[in-house]
Amino acid sequence: MSTPLNAPSAPRDPFVAASGVRTRPGLVVAWTLLMMGGIAMMVPLVYMVATSLKFPHEVYDLNIIPKEPTFENYIYIFKNTRFGLWFVNSLVTSTFVTISVLFFDSLIGYTLAKFKFRGREIVFIAILTTLMIPTEMLVVPWYIMAKNFGWLNSYWGIMFPGLMTGFGVFLMRQFFSGIPDDYIHAARVDGLGEFRIWWVVAMPLVAPALSALTIFTFLGNWTAFLWPLIATNDRGLYTMPVGLASFSGEYLTDWELIMAGATIATLPTLVVFLVFQRYIIRGVVLAGIKG
Amino acid sequence: MAELSLRDVVKRYGDIDIVHGISLDIADGEFVVIVGPSGCGKSTTLRMIAGLESLSGGTISIGGRVVNTLEPKERNIAMVFQNYALYPHMTVFRNIAFGLYAARLPKAEIELRVRKAATLLGLTDLLDRRPSALSGGQRQRVAMGRAIVRDPTVFLFDEPLSNLDAQLRGQMRTEIKRLHHTIRTTIVYVTHDQVEAMTLADRIVIMRDGRIEQMGHPLDVFHHPASTFVAGFIGTPKMNLVEVGVQADAADARLDLGGGAALGLPQGAARIGGRSRIILGIRPDDLQIRPVGQAGAGDGVRHLSGEVVLSEPLGSTTQVISRIGGSEWIGMSDGHFIPTPGSRITMIPDARRLHLFDIATGKAIADGGTEVGTHLG
Ligand SMILES: Nc1ncnc2c1ncn2[C@@H]1O[C@H](COP(=O)(O)OP(=O)(O)OP(=O)(O)O)[C@@H](O)[C@H]1O
Ligand SMILES: [Mg+2]
Repeated sequence: MSTPLNAPSAPRDPFVAASGVRTRPGLVVAWTLLMMGGIAMMVPLVYMVATSLKFPHEVYDLNIIPKEPTFENYIYIFKNTRFGLWFVNSLVTSTFVTISVLFFDSLIGYTLAKFKFRGREIVFIAILTTLMIPTEMLVVPWYIMAKNFGWLNSYWGIMFPGLMTGFGVFLMRQFFSGIPDDYIHAARVDGLGEFRIWWVVAMPLVAPALSALTIFTFLGNWTAFLWPLIATNDRGLYTMPVGLASFSGEYLTDWELIMAGATIATLPTLVVFLVFQRYIIRGVVLAGIKG
Repeated sequence: MAELSLRDVVKRYGDIDIVHGISLDIADGEFVVIVGPSGCGKSTTLRMIAGLESLSGGTISIGGRVVNTLEPKERNIAMVFQNYALYPHMTVFRNIAFGLYAARLPKAEIELRVRKAATLLGLTDLLDRRPSALSGGQRQRVAMGRAIVRDPTVFLFDEPLSNLDAQLRGQMRTEIKRLHHTIRTTIVYVTHDQVEAMTLADRIVIMRDGRIEQMGHPLDVFHHPASTFVAGFIGTPKMNLVEVGVQADAADARLDLGGGAALGLPQGAARIGGRSRIILGIRPDDLQIRPVGQAGAGDGVRHLSGEVVLSEPLGSTTQVISRIGGSEWIGMSDGHFIPTPGSRITMIPDARRLHLFDIATGKAIADGGTEVGTHLG
């Protein structure tokens, strides 16, 4: 829009706020929509935290501020359930899977992007097709496999399906493709081995993609429910989502306890996001430029 | 330091030959510049020397040892890339030291070598910066620093200056030349800028479509181009290359420039060899433009008359485009003489610097060593 900034003030411009800050109609619409979206997303979270601070009799009241705020629920889940253990289970498996994905997916992605070999395209397409199969369909084969190998009821059983992902390979391949070959050639001429070229030269250049992959993978595994539920029936091996779900239905649903657990459960995701978001935003920008 | 030798080197991608069996011997300490138009296979050749690209045929040896199957790191070469390939996440120091870390040299040794290279290249104050905080010329110097610290047997440069503006390019050109005088290492330097090639090279190799068109000392190539391709490629402004008719009797020949103008080639019949048309090449610097009637003493008979199309004053000289018959010629006049378009001028070709080329092959017929006289029709 090209209205002069110092427009005469006589006929008051409806889009100049009292403060004198010029707003555009498009911007107003955009902000309104964003705000509505933001509120829609925040409300459940606010209720989650609110409910976690309430006594059971108040749970079904819609007030946001609890009448008698309490930390009883938090104390209860740590004292009387195995919540602490589930938290650790989730943390260990999610972290391990994330590290594995970062390592293997970027190694595979790099190989597919920067080495020419027979069958490269076929391998890549095969990996891509795995993206098109929903988890629900894979659960049965995974289960049969885990059962036959004796992996049920173990960390390994929870983790093995996620250790490498088609999505991660795809993402990393795209980013590695964007690195000029000269970076790699220069390192090769300078005497670096192929593995070290990947590690020392290529990996730092795709830091934004690695951050994005870290967030996606960690969050995905942290909130995973279906497979961990199937892979474990030993309560001590439950991950947090599975454990929290077990609060409901066994006797009656203890919403205040679930919400207390869920509130704690969001903390690590918040930490991961705050640490890596700087890069992920840059990563989105980068991905945009590369098209 | 070592000599470098290419024997019938071929590079093929699929069914397409990109490099068609080139052979080249480079002496120890020699500065060879490979020049040619875009896509002629310069970079491919360089990458084969570096070991980044495999050979489809022939051999490459460094210091007498065939290196065909050696990894780049086993060849002890250093390469400077067009876009510098500096790692954005490392400081200048680490970038320069990169190859030394790779070779796992002792820390003190690395420090020493990097400092030395930094001093040589004037980078001492920039060692802690990231490449993003450097100017184009500084980045270029870091890329060179990274190559020289390794003390390689051969340096390979792939269009190292093409990302710089004209002024900086000139300055860096001088620095590279000075660097070569200091370190005296064999250099193979690829460019498509013929000025760089002329000024830097001990020997120029002109490539075209994956073949060596001509090689030799820059002045040799300049004065005796082997083909119209080389003639047009080397030298600025470009050599005038115009198709002309030829008439020959038993001994002498006459070049018919059209519009009644002609140049005599005394004793030229044998050289013309029965051709009826040839391509005549005259460098603009060898075609003096003077006001009509001011031909210098003794030049009287060797002048042509032309009509000015355009004058481009360059300061100390003026580049004049003028027409004879149907073709245009670029010549040079004194900087004070700027003829107006449409006016007539006298053109005086340097009779010893005429280049004759065969029309069909584009190859030089012989070089312009023969005296010629001018006839006005
Ligand atoms: N990997 C490849 N597959 C197929 N053809 C290729 C490959 N790499 C290069 N070529 C072709 O080989 C030819 C020579 O390429 P090269 O990069 O050596 O040219 P160049 O002389 O360096 O040109 P420029 O001055 O533009 O850098 C080009 O026609 C190019 O298309
Ligand atoms: Mg090139």
